[in-house]
Amino acid sequence: MKRWIVALALSLALFAQAQSPGGSLTVSFKDDISTLDPAIGYDWQNWSIIKAIFGGLMDYQPGTTKLVPHFAQSYSISKDGKSYTFKLRKGIKFQNGREMLASDVKYSLERMLNPKTQSPGAGFYGGITGVEAFSSGKAQEVSGIKVLEPYTVQILLDKPDASFLHKMALNFSFIVPKEAVEKAGADFGHNPVGAGAFKLKEWKLGQQVVLEKNPDYFIKGLPYLDSITFLVGQDPNVAYLKLQRGEVDILGDGIPPAKFVDVMKDPKLKSQVVVGNQLMTGYITLNTQIKPLDNPKVRQALNMAINKERIVRLINNRAVVAVQVLPPGMPGYDPAYKGYAYDPTKAKQLLKEAGFPNGFSTVLYANNTDPNPRIAQAIQQDLSQIGVKVELKTQAQSTVIQAGGTKGQAPMIWSGGMAWIDDYPDPSDFYWPILSCSSAAPGGWNWPWYCNPALDKKAEAADAMVQPGQEAARAKAYQALFAEVMKDAPWIPIFHEKRYLMHTARVGGSDAILVDPIHTPVNYAQLWVKK
Amino acid sequence: MATYLAQRILQSVGVLWAVTVITFGLLYLLPADPARLVAGRSAPQEVVQRVRHELGLDRPLPLRYLGYLGGLARGDLGRSYTQKTRVSELLASRLVPTLELTLAGILFELLIGIPAGIIAALRRGSWLDQLVMLLSFTGVAAPQFVLGLLLLYLLAYKLALFPLGGYGGLDYLVLPALALGLAGGGWYARIMRSSMLEVLSQDYVRTARAKGLAGQVVVYKHALRNALLPIVAMIGSDLGTFMGGVVVVESVFGWPGIGQLTWQAIQTVDIPTILGAVTFTAFFIVLANLLADLVYPLLDPRVQYR
Repeated sequence: MKRWIVALALSLALFAQAQSPGGSLTVSFKDDISTLDPAIGYDWQNWSIIKAIFGGLMDYQPGTTKLVPHFAQSYSISKDGKSYTFKLRKGIKFQNGREMLASDVKYSLERMLNPKTQSPGAGFYGGITGVEAFSSGKAQEVSGIKVLEPYTVQILLDKPDASFLHKMALNFSFIVPKEAVEKAGADFGHNPVGAGAFKLKEWKLGQQVVLEKNPDYFIKGLPYLDSITFLVGQDPNVAYLKLQRGEVDILGDGIPPAKFVDVMKDPKLKSQVVVGNQLMTGYITLNTQIKPLDNPKVRQALNMAINKERIVRLINNRAVVAVQVLPPGMPGYDPAYKGYAYDPTKAKQLLKEAGFPNGFSTVLYANNTDPNPRIAQAIQQDLSQIGVKVELKTQAQSTVIQAGGTKGQAPMIWSGGMAWIDDYPDPSDFYWPILSCSSAAPGGWNWPWYCNPALDKKAEAADAMVQPGQEAARAKAYQALFAEVMKDAPWIPIFHEKRYLMHTARVGGSDAILVDPIHTPVNYAQLWVKK
Repeated sequence: MATYLAQRILQSVGVLWAVTVITFGLLYLLPADPARLVAGRSAPQEVVQRVRHELGLDRPLPLRYLGYLGGLARGDLGRSYTQKTRVSELLASRLVPTLELTLAGILFELLIGIPAGIIAALRRGSWLDQLVMLLSFTGVAAPQFVLGLLLLYLLAYKLALFPLGGYGGLDYLVLPALALGLAGGGWYARIMRSSMLEVLSQDYVRTARAKGLAGQVVVYKHALRNALLPIVAMIGSDLGTFMGGVVVVESVFGWPGIGQLTWQAIQTVDIPTILGAVTFTAFFIVLANLLADLVYPLLDPRVQYR
């Protein structure tokens, strides 16, 4: 017992010492940082930087997917689940020195919903009362966003939505000061002013972005770092050399594939790697509107014909095999669910029952960047074992996306490179945008063109479970819903990719922080430098 | 001269115009919907429609093209779909690094190619000639990506003589320029060698030698100047091509040139940026060729402006 106390005291002391403030870190990226406007940025690389500069009413407990109030002090949900009232913390300051008020929340949401802003996130907020009238130009404001008092804002929904609080933690709802937006105009994305842990210090186009600590950040003691530098245009192989030399602290694009095996074999290098889960699923879509894939038996047969273990080996085991739509770590994920086991004999039998004893011919679309053509070939080989002849179309990503969203065009698509990664950690994000009836529309991401109205109803019912005590029941409801999706087999789930963060030894932060499920690659506000 | 110049400029404008028509047409024929890409993966149809309208993509193609030309005439290349920044600003930020790399790259090509070509020509058939030709071939054939990584690994990582990529002072410029020089220098060496051999077999060189001039004087004063002529054309062409960006070298060395910008824009189907970059590149290619054509007669009196 005594020893235990000593150990605890010691680790607490270490902890306290480790998290001392100061210092700076450097992160490398291959691609440019496109914009830091929270209403516009929509890729993983920008998202975490935007999260460092801005913030929303809600956020997540660092290292977890648990929602907590952020700029909101507290919130309440009405009985019918259609009204959310947020009380803002007092004294939160934007980086231009002005205090944040409830009117800023209304302004920020309306700005994002204004079609002129061209926000790729507007679709998430269509459920707020009055949005349709506002974005079609019939109303001057969104009637469902009400400033009740200087620090109180109320948001009304057309129907209950249990994922609504997640949407208030999503970048698109982050709060911006009107005067700074109006001053910068369309260039706000390069002159961001938020109320987050860091503020923009320098932006050299195509070279680097430097953030510095916001001394007025409302969470005392955060961030630990004085500054953080993002080097862009860095080839991942060269960034890896820079990391070895300490010029880069975090590989923003991960470990270069060519080096992966070497790194994992070397104990010293491996100690600089943190492995985490990603809320993503890679899958093959089976177009339910194209013959003979319109036959559920055929789709089930194909589900049994793919050797997923082999595909995982093709990517150096950087993933776990998937048997269901939801990834591990997502509420509703069913660890007991077995799915369709790999069984070519049974698959052949099913095809025979479906009336295709000699198989058939079809087409598989895939992204043309490595490793996707290799994976597509493996799928082709597996399917040839049960007599299904697959023609491969490996094309540019945008072309594949276009084909997927065009009715009757792509019988099968391997999602690699475009796989579904969560917008927010809620199972509804794996249903409505990719498997619901409304998403089976031209230009949508429901590439199997799957529509089961009964499941839409179940999802709606689950989304109406908004009260705090209903989380478990809701997760169960989604679990049952996705089990039914898999009975219809519009997808062949293939794998859930893991995340590998490589950093220098001086980067401090628990493993949970370094592979924070909400932040890619890391949660910058929670990092520190070991001294 | 004046008529010639006017004619060539008119031609150049014609070429540039054709480039804009072709790129514009091709980009909008692409099987990808920019409105969809801007609107994001979760956007319902109505949101995509509104974005399409905001981007002006619901107007007929000829009208959009005229709008683009009108903007171009005013120096307004529009705003990037992904960054929302002015395309002209994006291009401007890449101009100086691109120019630096272009000039330094050509300098290395000349420094490597010309002496190598001369030596090979003067020692024609010897082992030295064969070695130079072998090396030049290797330089031309080696993938720039591998060559660049090799240079970085040896000279920057192992020996720490240069920075590990990135943009900054002269020390940052050396390796990417050398990578360009090693690849292009091979071509220069080959052209220089054959041109030198041709000139050395000319009557006037024989006359000069017969007059009793020293070998060195003949080579460097009489032969070299004429043998350099094809090199001028090559510089002109490289000037244009390099200003369009050298995607591979820029990517490996993290050099913020125009090629990197174009490549990233293509990945994201950022049409205004692609259009702007292509127009920018075409402008420099046309300009460089125009310059080469104008300089040529100054060096070779046999060529006249016509």
